[in-house]
Amino acid sequence: MSQLKHFTNGILKENPTFVLVLGTCPALAVTTSAINGIGMGVATTFVLFFSNFLIALLKNVIPDKVRIAAFIVVIASFVTIVDLVMKAFVPGLYASLGIFIPLIVVNCIILGRAEAFAQKNTVPSAMLDGLGMGLGFTIAITLMGSIREILGNGSIFNYKFLGEDAQTILIFILPPGAFITYGYLIAIFNRLKSKYNF
Amino acid sequence: MEFVLIVISAVFVNNIVLAQFLGICPFLGVSNKVGTSLGMGGAVIFVMALANLVTFYIQKYVLVAMGIEFMQTITFIFVIAFLVQVVEIILKKVAPPLYQALGIYLPLITTNCAVLGTAILAVQKDYNMVTSVVYASSIAVGFTFALVIFAGIREQMEITGYPSAMKGFPISLVTAGLLALAFMGFAGLA
Repeated sequence: MSQLKHFTNGILKENPTFVLVLGTCPALAVTTSAINGIGMGVATTFVLFFSNFLIALLKNVIPDKVRIAAFIVVIASFVTIVDLVMKAFVPGLYASLGIFIPLIVVNCIILGRAEAFAQKNTVPSAMLDGLGMGLGFTIAITLMGSIREILGNGSIFNYKFLGEDAQTILIFILPPGAFITYGYLIAIFNRLKSKYNF
Repeated sequence: MEFVLIVISAVFVNNIVLAQFLGICPFLGVSNKVGTSLGMGGAVIFVMALANLVTFYIQKYVLVAMGIEFMQTITFIFVIAFLVQVVEIILKKVAPPLYQALGIYLPLITTNCAVLGTAILAVQKDYNMVTSVVYASSIAVGFTFALVIFAGIREQMEITGYPSAMKGFPISLVTAGLLALAFMGFAGLA
């Protein structure tokens, strides 16, 4: 049962986007639409899961002095895999996410979880932690992407539900809207967290 | 003339933090004091200029020459990690108080997406060596600029009040949003 806790931890209690406030760059940059949110979330979860797995597996072999460099090599390798796979199979999404795919390698969530969890726990726990954190991140940025897309573009998952000449709140698709949406979502999440105690 | 356009674009119009969303983590983390922000900014300018210089040559003479462009992510991040380590050693010797003030945020320049992002962007834009270094330096100046302004606002906010639910990151993010809105006024300048 405590194993399951490692998984659910990353979704609510220690949600990387709303509680730990890690991985803020992609959270702000790619959430211009719900599809981009899911795409980035899945890519990050893939890297997070496999790097947590490998680092937990190798934790007794990697010397302490070079551990950050070793983590980065592991993470960068999986990011390169994701980069090439996405380029080949989902070129449209790959173009939308742009530079943020290679930037997954410096996503603080992945290095943060490697340092704080994977190198100190068993392989199964690390895998569950990676999945949970990745899922929490995906849900968070899909939520942000949906809000920004609905308010700023009048569509959800590219399905336009507003009329042709309806006005949208354009600011939400632009950089300021990203910051403001993120700020208010954290505030709401914190309020809910203290009220319902999770 | 091209350089002037690059500098103005990098610092104001396409500010790395407020328009391109790179370097947010240190932006939110370090910017509560103007002094520390200036120090952080200086370190970032140095690292980014050097990183773009080195990665330019690596891209040209190693990655392209050997046809292993897919290794770009891995080699670039390695170069950056190495450079940050060097800067850390130099700062510890030359300016110990600044080294102390920056604390954990100095090694964290490695994970600053602005550094890796700018290196990759300069390659994508096909800049030559000089342009790449000028580009990186002006991006870093833009980063410092945004950081120092934000620190000034945050120092003021400590004295002013705001709703308790917004304490910490929420109010910082909304403030950054308003700052980003202000910077949008520069659009059309370059």
